[in-house]
Amino acid sequence: MSKPIIATTSLAGCFGCHMSILDIDERILQLIELVEFNKSPVDDIKTFTKPVDIGIIEGGCCNSENVEVLKSFRKNCKILISLGECAIMGGLPALRNGIPIEECLHEAYINGPTVQLNKTGIMPNDDELPMLLDRVYPCHEIVKIDYFLPGCPPRADLIWDALVALITGDPMKLPYEVIKFD
Amino acid sequence: MKNTVKQIVEKYGNDKTRLMDILIDTQETFGFIGQEAVELLAHQLGMSQVDVNQTISFYHFFSTKPRGEYAIYLNDSAVAHMFGRQAVKEAFEKEVGIKFGEVTADGKIGLFNTACIGMNDQEPAAIINNKVFTRLTPYRVREIIKHIREGRKVEGLINESFGDGKNQLPSLRAMVSSNIRRKGMILSDDYVYGSVTRDILPKMSPEAVIAEIKHSHIRGRGGAGFPTGLKWEFCRRAKGEKHFVLCNADEGEPGTFKDRVILTEKPELVFEGMTIAGYAIGSDEGVLYLRYEYRYMKEYLEQVLAKMRAENQLGKNIGGIEGFDFDIRIQFGAGAYVCGEESALIESLEGKRGEPRDKPPFPVEKGYLNQPTIINNVETFATAVRIVQNGGEWFTQFGTEDSTGTKILSISGDCMFPGVYEVNWGFNVADMLNMVGAYDVQGVQVGGPSGTLIGPDEFHRTLGYSDLSTGGSMIIFGRQRNLLKDVVLNFMEFFIEESCGSCSTCRNMTQVMTNKLKKILNGKGVAKDLDDLKQWGKVLQASRCGLGQTAGNPIISSLKNFAPLYDALIQKDKDFDEGFDLVASVQNSCKYVGRVPNFNHH
Amino acid sequence: MSNLIKFKIDGVECMTERGKFIVEAALENGIFIPTLCNMPGVKPKGSCRICTVKINGRLMTSCTTPVADGMEIESNSAEINELRKSIVELLFVSGNHFCPACEKSGNCELQALGYYYQMMVPRYPYEFPLREVDASSPHIIKDQNRCILCKRCIKTIKDEEGKSFFAFHDRGHRLEVVLDKEMGSQMSEALAEEAMKNCPVGSILKKEKGFNQAIGSRKFDKKAIGSDVKL
Repeated sequence: MSKPIIATTSLAGCFGCHMSILDIDERILQLIELVEFNKSPVDDIKTFTKPVDIGIIEGGCCNSENVEVLKSFRKNCKILISLGECAIMGGLPALRNGIPIEECLHEAYINGPTVQLNKTGIMPNDDELPMLLDRVYPCHEIVKIDYFLPGCPPRADLIWDALVALITGDPMKLPYEVIKFD
Repeated sequence: MKNTVKQIVEKYGNDKTRLMDILIDTQETFGFIGQEAVELLAHQLGMSQVDVNQTISFYHFFSTKPRGEYAIYLNDSAVAHMFGRQAVKEAFEKEVGIKFGEVTADGKIGLFNTACIGMNDQEPAAIINNKVFTRLTPYRVREIIKHIREGRKVEGLINESFGDGKNQLPSLRAMVSSNIRRKGMILSDDYVYGSVTRDILPKMSPEAVIAEIKHSHIRGRGGAGFPTGLKWEFCRRAKGEKHFVLCNADEGEPGTFKDRVILTEKPELVFEGMTIAGYAIGSDEGVLYLRYEYRYMKEYLEQVLAKMRAENQLGKNIGGIEGFDFDIRIQFGAGAYVCGEESALIESLEGKRGEPRDKPPFPVEKGYLNQPTIINNVETFATAVRIVQNGGEWFTQFGTEDSTGTKILSISGDCMFPGVYEVNWGFNVADMLNMVGAYDVQGVQVGGPSGTLIGPDEFHRTLGYSDLSTGGSMIIFGRQRNLLKDVVLNFMEFFIEESCGSCSTCRNMTQVMTNKLKKILNGKGVAKDLDDLKQWGKVLQASRCGLGQTAGNPIISSLKNFAPLYDALIQKDKDFDEGFDLVASVQNSCKYVGRVPNFNHH
Repeated sequence: MSNLIKFKIDGVECMTERGKFIVEAALENGIFIPTLCNMPGVKPKGSCRICTVKINGRLMTSCTTPVADGMEIESNSAEINELRKSIVELLFVSGNHFCPACEKSGNCELQALGYYYQMMVPRYPYEFPLREVDASSPHIIKDQNRCILCKRCIKTIKDEEGKSFFAFHDRGHRLEVVLDKEMGSQMSEALAEEAMKNCPVGSILKKEKGFNQAIGSRKFDKKAIGSDVKL
């Protein structure tokens, strides 16, 4: 039987969840034995080259590109996992939710304390740039998500336990210490 | 201002528990309760300002900002919408030149929405400076605003052809109609008020009065249906420094208006019923808790009380019974549906936010001011008089075995003759529809938004405590109505607005369910949403009071009885849709940075 | 006459003195019923509904209902646990509970209940309400994003005359707990400390205090809420 295939991505996240995947330490060697990675920053494969079994999403959706990537993951992956607080509930980027987008942009590019060289008040509006959404969306508000692994970042043990359970078909054990929201 | 506030507080004996009266007087004196007034009130009463504010901010009709020399509150109930509210609203906005929720720059006129004001049989209706204006049309709106601009006082806005029955008395002079369509033992004119107190009570012991009430098997007319005789007996037995009789006239369930009619046409009967209850439980003080929407009845009801005092129907040694003293005062609410819940009513009566209490203890043990208290509906007290007059046995011949006596229904919506009908319990819905001239009926809301929405296959059901229990509100919807959008959504928004917020369940779940309903109405629903609504609605059962427990009923009962309406809105080709709309969600940011949204090139 | 009465929780025989609330009586008998708005020794006001149990087919809050002789209480059943989990989820989605950025994380009772019921994601959509942070008082911050409206501060934080520092404002979905401007400006450090301690979540913070416990050593990092309840 061929190995299960995994893809990962980071949307509006900080790559901390990916760091936590790496934090499974020497078990990463076992993981490579168990699975094959497809599209992922881990192996730098940029596009899906085959159907994927498990897609792991870090980060929520703050712009149109996030939405598109998330939708392509849903299309190419049998199982989708929201990994970490940002994917699950927007996380820190979602602190802007509730504030009108105009106000956010004004603060970021014109009024903010770190803005120094934008005297003419230019806004980034190149057609190549992703378009900002009115708020940051948790992934499951855009596509169907099958599993949720909370944490900021999720504990490496939680990621390991969950992945092994999914790959082997065993039930997830998930001890108390590994489910945390921070 | 300082002296005025001081006088108001002193008028109520510097008593914190009279905060409702103090706030009403302050508001009516200054038009609003501003920061300066709050500071003075807090200082005078020895409370913190946030404490005063927590009561003010609870009630719809209290305001910390000016609401205009003429504050116009237009009813926002589903039935008002059915009878042209939109046109009336637009006329107000056009004539006054502001939107609802605003006050004109000169401070002259304010426009506000308000929940059902108990005029469902004569909508659209509005309250302007405590006077009620019914059957509004755009023409009438123009006239009213013109007269306001001419400087007429609110009384001068009432036109020549006003109300019927006692609404025409100089002391009441309201535009309101009583619309009595069918009379029974309560609304009939064959009882001479005062005769029970004068002729029968002196020959009966308090225990004998309770025995007759118990024997009649009458149950509370407010909707919950607790046996009245038991309530009185429990209260009589409970130990306390003082016992209280409270009459619940906070009639806030949308579509209910029969208490307004009883209090207009038969106030003496209600007060006599309270007096009899006072005799039965050993109380010398009664309070009529009247919703602020009925403020226009204040002078009239106070005159009735004064007359009853003059005739020794109230006061000392009533009916010549040595030591039987009883008097009644009127306490106004200030706009909060939840205060119709008995323990919330007591909290409000004590000057606090109308948050229901945890039970036990029940009011019969610890009620108003922690003393044994009975609270009954207006109709229950009125009925009690006829029971004591004719005996409990006589009463049981009316109605059915488990629902004795008569019930006064408030019938409104799509029918020829909306109004008040007193019928025997056991009446079935189909007969009721025939009685009021309702044809091609799609559904009937029995018992108001917190009750049940039923369709034609259930019109054989009967009104009674064991089948369709109702406090009296019956709203009829014709075939032409969009039930989910115009009725269910309106009712859910009502519950969101009227939740006291104390329970996590009612405070949040009403909003969560309504958001989901809106999503379905917007064509974004999937089959799972309907299952979610059914499951999620159960959480409301864990709320403290009846309001919270029933706050999901508009959705829950329509899902059950009008499932095809929901199914028709559900997307058949999708099993997932959380309502995300990419095009809409990038619109504002693109506009702000000055680019044209482009969804093609990623 | 003995003042002891017998009752059952989930079929387990229990005993207590007459007049105790179910939640206290359960604790005495080594049974944990989760609470949020309740505080021992303070008059209860069943508002969070977490401690809901079923008695005679009716849902009742165990913090406000006194035990009666022979009472049979259903608490740790699938139905009741599902209800409690739903309520925890409702509280999460109705505020802005960004645990990673919260000073109270690890010591927060709402979060602990999220762990207790293994809440991986709330079933309800997040509301992301726009809420204020009031930092006008010299000693405390009142962050409305995190407030669960449990009333604990309202009931316990008062001055010598019994005046409340905190109170509800508005109603229903707009309900807030607000700090009195005037009294807040004179609040002592000791009282600020107590207010923070009494807040089950991170809505009341003492200024210049926070993140003073390492991750792993906080109250609910390794031990679930209620795990110290023993007979």
